[in-house]
Amino acid sequence: MRAVWSCMTGACTSMIEVKVTKMTEDERVEMTPPPRSGGGFLPRFDTSLVPRNSISGRALVAVVAIMTFLASLTTGGVILVNQAANEWQADVSREVTIQLIPAAGRNVDALVDKAVSVARAYPGIGDVRAYSKDESSKLLEPWLGAGLKLDELPVPRLIVVKIASGATPDIPQLQRILAEQVPGATLDDHRGWIDRMRAMSGTAVVAGLAILAMMFVATILSVTFATRGAMATNKTVIEVLHFVGAKNGFIASNFQRHFLLLGLQGGAIGGGGAIILFALAALMSRWFAGTAGGAQTQALFGSFAIGWGGYFAVLVQVVLIAAVTAYTSRHTVNRTLEMID
Amino acid sequence: MVRFENVGLRYGLGPEVLRDLTFRIEPHSFQFLTGPSGAGKTSLLKLLFLSLKPTRGLITQFGHDVATLSRDAVATLRRRIGIVFQDFRLLDHMNTYENVSLPLRVMGRAEETYRDEVIELLNWVGLGERMYALPPVLSGGEKQRAAIARAVIARPQLLLADEPTGNVDPSLAQRLLRLFIELNKSGTSVVIATHDIALMDQYDARRLVLHDGRLHIYD
Repeated sequence: MRAVWSCMTGACTSMIEVKVTKMTEDERVEMTPPPRSGGGFLPRFDTSLVPRNSISGRALVAVVAIMTFLASLTTGGVILVNQAANEWQADVSREVTIQLIPAAGRNVDALVDKAVSVARAYPGIGDVRAYSKDESSKLLEPWLGAGLKLDELPVPRLIVVKIASGATPDIPQLQRILAEQVPGATLDDHRGWIDRMRAMSGTAVVAGLAILAMMFVATILSVTFATRGAMATNKTVIEVLHFVGAKNGFIASNFQRHFLLLGLQGGAIGGGGAIILFALAALMSRWFAGTAGGAQTQALFGSFAIGWGGYFAVLVQVVLIAAVTAYTSRHTVNRTLEMID
Repeated sequence: MVRFENVGLRYGLGPEVLRDLTFRIEPHSFQFLTGPSGAGKTSLLKLLFLSLKPTRGLITQFGHDVATLSRDAVATLRRRIGIVFQDFRLLDHMNTYENVSLPLRVMGRAEETYRDEVIELLNWVGLGERMYALPPVLSGGEKQRAAIARAVIARPQLLLADEPTGNVDPSLAQRLLRLFIELNKSGTSVVIATHDIALMDQYDARRLVLHDGRLHIYD
């Protein structure tokens, strides 16, 4: 049976001329749509229920991209500071210094040799290197200037003792042995410096984490409000779908899917940009590794590589921000539907 | 089909805008809903369309007490009702074909299964040549016919129209009325909310007149 609105003639615009067949209730229920019967080519009609490429949608993608980029930079920054602080601490704590102060009647060279042999014999010590008198004098040049005759001055002699990898020697015990066997020898384990370094790096990391937390809150709030703004322009769509009999879950799922894609799109742009930036920074850091500037930068910021963990953190952020976008859209749809009802 | 028993409606703590409404809408019936502005026509249409719930009284639609229906059940029931809004409410990002087929799409039907049906209806309402046009480029009359086509594409048992001739010239108004009459003859119960006396005079049908929130029925 053909549909009731079968066009009788070409003059379809004249409703008065339409002849109508009376239908019973049963016929209405049983009526099935006619099969597609040839005809000309027609394109598919599959426009998304939620408008794509709207201005508000593009603005949302831009907001998500910018906020993801900034959040990723902050995350990378925190990771770099943390890595650098750990490297500084590790470098300093793997080294102790023996200092020998010259005094009248002391054979300093013999005492240096003695201290070196005591240190070498001590378990857990890797490498021991005594600075020569000239080397010790050169260390003073930045303060006293070059060309001074330092032979008459009691310039202390330094012995750098590196701790073997993985070992944890009893440094106070070494300190006691040196005091007993090598007169005038003192051992500095850089404890005060390490404590200050630890406090400074801890402060830097905590500050970074606090900034990261604020960045996350700002990102979530901006994305939430941008999503709500984009949703406001779709209120009519929600209402119409509701009035034509769409179930709430159907409407919410369509919007959630659409906004998840927008969030992922923005997140991929922002997070991808940040990843490219970090990869370039790591590459440039390697390129300039041999230069004085490169060494200085590396000393301050480490290798500039956030590592796989850092890249993973950026990807997690992208997914998280997209999820926030999707959740906000679903929440807004549900609220709109509640208001309609 | 639809039964109202002592139905009252108020918004918030305000006065009752509809009072003691008791009436039925029978299958295959045709009625005009009329009354002065502010009499409560749109509120009554919203009750009929399950967009509002009464503050008192009983409404049953298709045998269901609407007060006890879940949201999903309301959505399912709403598929048996077609509504034509005064402001059309067509989706601007979808073309005429897609707007008209929207009720079938949300039911989960594949496009191939309803394509011929939609094209047939578009031809019938005179929009066959405007299938690909987006609503912003349609004239007022074309929008109205698209809105009507969307309301009837799923073959609703009850058709509600809010001022369907409010934005069109008398000639088109007459044609739209004929369209509603033909739909009624095909088995759809029709309720047209209007205060266009000339339109009502063209067809001898039951009149539901709202005045001060009360309903007067003229069979």
